Amino acid sequence: MSTKIYISIDTAAVSIGSLTIIQGINQEFRSRGIDATIVRTGSRGLFWLEPLVEVETPAGRVGYGPVTTDAIPSLFAAGFLEGRPHPLCLGLTEELPYLKRQQRLTFARCGITDPLSLADYEAHGGFRGLRRALAMEPAAIVEELVASGLRGRGGAGFPTGVKWRTVLQAPGPEKYIVCNADEGDSGTYADRMIMEGDPFVLIEGMIIAGMAVGAARGYIYLRSEYPAAFRVLKRAIAIAYDGGYLGKGFDLEVRLGAGAYICGEETSLLESLEGKRGQVRFKPPLPALEGLFGKPTVVNNVISLATVPIILDKGARYYADYGMGRSRGTLTIQLAGNVRYAGLIETAFGMTLREAIYDYGGGTASGRPLRAVQVGGPLGAYFPESLLDTPLDYEAFAERKGLLGHGGIVVFDDTVDLARQARFAMEFCAIESCGKCTPCRIGSTRGVEAIDKIIANQQRDKNLQIVEDLCELLQDGSLCALGGLTPVPVLSAIHHFPEDFHRV
Amino acid sequence: MDSARATALINEHSSLPGALLPVLHALQDEFGYIDPAAIPLIAQGLNISEADVFGVIGFYHDFRQKPPGKHVLKVCRAESCQAMGCENLIRHIEGTTGVKLGETSPDRGLTLEAVYCLGNCALSPALMLDGEVFGRVSPSVADVLLASARRPA
Repeated sequence: MSTKIYISIDTAAVSIGSLTIIQGINQEFRSRGIDATIVRTGSRGLFWLEPLVEVETPAGRVGYGPVTTDAIPSLFAAGFLEGRPHPLCLGLTEELPYLKRQQRLTFARCGITDPLSLADYEAHGGFRGLRRALAMEPAAIVEELVASGLRGRGGAGFPTGVKWRTVLQAPGPEKYIVCNADEGDSGTYADRMIMEGDPFVLIEGMIIAGMAVGAARGYIYLRSEYPAAFRVLKRAIAIAYDGGYLGKGFDLEVRLGAGAYICGEETSLLESLEGKRGQVRFKPPLPALEGLFGKPTVVNNVISLATVPIILDKGARYYADYGMGRSRGTLTIQLAGNVRYAGLIETAFGMTLREAIYDYGGGTASGRPLRAVQVGGPLGAYFPESLLDTPLDYEAFAERKGLLGHGGIVVFDDTVDLARQARFAMEFCAIESCGKCTPCRIGSTRGVEAIDKIIANQQRDKNLQIVEDLCELLQDGSLCALGGLTPVPVLSAIHHFPEDFHRV
Repeated sequence: MDSARATALINEHSSLPGALLPVLHALQDEFGYIDPAAIPLIAQGLNISEADVFGVIGFYHDFRQKPPGKHVLKVCRAESCQAMGCENLIRHIEGTTGVKLGETSPDRGLTLEAVYCLGNCALSPALMLDGEVFGRVSPSVADVLLASARRPA
């Protein structure tokens, strides 16, 4: 049997040269007359080790990384195809503490299987959830989701099962499942990883959602910044049609957004899918009752839908046993920014920020002291070091005027200027505002101007008051979360880092 | 713009529900931008008003109304990349190319744009050159990438 080696072609791995490594290794295979296969996988999410090369051995997969082109001949000379020692050898990948301590439920296959092989998918537990769902009544599937405690992983944390129940009970023959794959928050990449690395789990989750609520059609609304995910999803959908998983009662299509952050807001996303400007809708009516093309619609985030198969497979109880308080199951944390070991951590809710950043992340990449952490994307709070013992849990973050959002953690060292970060939060809101409501459209621009004056030391107290007033207006007067939550990073920066607003 | 080709692309997508974005993407993929001359064709093909088409083109950051440069460089300036020095990187690129964010070089060789997150936040700072994502891009790496892209073939 020929040796198998595994190399990721996830966007992140490719962005630091994994395709060049594949070429280099293939060349060595040819020139040395070696019979071996390279399986192109998603990523394990250990990004500081990419390009990571794994070799199948009787004991398991042995990892080597980060591999450079220059190191390839010496890997062959050292006998890496038998898993032999080399300075880049990491031992068994599964035994790396970073991976071993995690509880990978949603990401069980990511980085392990060939993303476009149905056989691989099934051999690693794929379609077991769907098979169980096929034997269940729609209402029973919905109740299983409710009992699992799964909450929307896009950021809002609304119970997924409850949303499904509303759509199931909504009258009408025409309903839709919409997957929100507009992962626009900086510091997040879990959706991208699963779409590129295990697309069938998302497809399976959407088929189950369709069965549960009585929808015959689904759309994945994908941001255009993810061209690789678009290619993978299109091919995976075609393969699922050929395999008979799609097209028999459930049709699925992937649609591209066009570079608008606001289209991650569900009503704006629906407008965009309908071919319009992505402007936010008034709620009510809820999309669950009047969503896409005015029909009852489930709008769920990628990770929420990709978690459905394992809940159906192992049961609600199994999933709910992970977690803390009202945050059940696992959270996919994404470490980003100025952190040494940036990567994906899927683990039960409840780990503290400090554990994530230091025990996993190894502190800052620059080696300088950590000064601020932004959790939950551009609308999340900036926390100082003194709040690092906050557990990663929806309620714990809300209590500290922060939000967990989609689980992205961006680390900043002591070179950060929080007045500039607050200015950016306002600027981003101004750039991305859909323009429908005045507080967001105009308030954000006024916010940039006022913060510029604070930075320039012009009438600081007066302008700080203006910023706080604007924040109150945005919070209370905006239609959606963009305007409503822009004050979170701004006020947290002012509150926790006042010295940055008083620099001489 | 080749009107016959544009009409063919519009017709290819016109039966999709909510067809406007797929049509605009198809046109931009083909021509590099949405020619104003395409607007009446789209309006007619999808049975919507020209104002609707124009409004949608203007709403989304992706859609261009002028042809881009031969190469398009999008540099991420969202928070994760900020934490790893993207503002310095942008200043460096603007300095060496003489092109500012949002502009195209006079020889139409390069368009420089800001992007807000490429989902490569574990390997910040990131940029996208002609659709390809690069991670951990230092100023010197950016120089190499730009030099190899702009070298005459």
